[in-house]
Amino acid sequence: MQQTEFLNVVMPFKDKLYRMAKRLLVSREEAEDATQEVLMKLWSKNEEMGKLKSVEAFAMTMTKNFCLDRLKSKQAGNLKLVHSNYQDEKTSLQKQLEAEDSVEWVGKIMEELPEQQKMVLQLRDVEEYDYEEISEMLDMKPTAVRVALSRARKAVREKLVEKHSYGIG
Amino acid sequence: MELDKNIENLLERYFDATTTVAEENELKQYFTSSEVAPHLEQYRPLFGYFSNAKKERYTKQVPLTPRKRRNYRWISVAAVAVLTFGIYFGSNGYQTYQEQKQAEYAYQETKKALNLLAENFGKGTEKVAYLQEFEAAKSKIYNEN
Repeated sequence: MQQTEFLNVVMPFKDKLYRMAKRLLVSREEAEDATQEVLMKLWSKNEEMGKLKSVEAFAMTMTKNFCLDRLKSKQAGNLKLVHSNYQDEKTSLQKQLEAEDSVEWVGKIMEELPEQQKMVLQLRDVEEYDYEEISEMLDMKPTAVRVALSRARKAVREKLVEKHSYGIG
Repeated sequence: MELDKNIENLLERYFDATTTVAEENELKQYFTSSEVAPHLEQYRPLFGYFSNAKKERYTKQVPLTPRKRRNYRWISVAAVAVLTFGIYFGSNGYQTYQEQKQAEYAYQETKKALNLLAENFGKGTEKVAYLQEFEAAKSKIYNEN
């Protein structure tokens, strides 16, 4: 596969890989590095790519594995991920208020979910993959995907309702 | 009211993870619109967040270095060539070196032998000197007669 051809295949879903990486690693720099790494690995495997059923699903699985490994090694090495992009989002007071009361709050809630639920929620509610695709990407049974998804959504709702009633009261 | 009922129904199924992608899109649309029923307001950030999150882009360049696949086979071929070359000429050189050493040795030995010979010759001529004395004496005697 030539470079341009490869780019044509990869371009449509590179953002999805990045968002997945960011969901898991939180830090923007880490996520960018991870995406870059995955794309490079994919490029080095490019001869085998023709045989794949779905390059996208394969790439997503690679991203998932890479990020989970990354998290594991960070934990083992007792290193904290540094999220320098936290600050960026809170530059102006207005932005801060915005983030406080609504949308960004959901992101914070999602950070607290277990990894599997994060991934399922990301792939379904953000990227809108169907269950078949998700089960292939995460190497889970479709029923397990549903269960994890339902749990994740309910967990987010619980936190959100909590927050909402605080906000009012 | 009808719509709200529908949305409530969808929401319930949404949390049981039995909605389809299309139905979830319906929810997203409803919650990003301006007419959200007050009792459903709490879910607005959720769907708003999902729509927002999808807008994030990977802005870095896709890093494709032209494939660095060096042909190691050719490097090994070159290495073998250099090696055989080296062995061939190296052993050649060694041989000439050995020959030279032998020649040197032979030269030294011959020189030694010749020196020995010369020394003995020297001794010989010394003795012959006496003979000359004898000859002189003899000629004196003969001449007087």
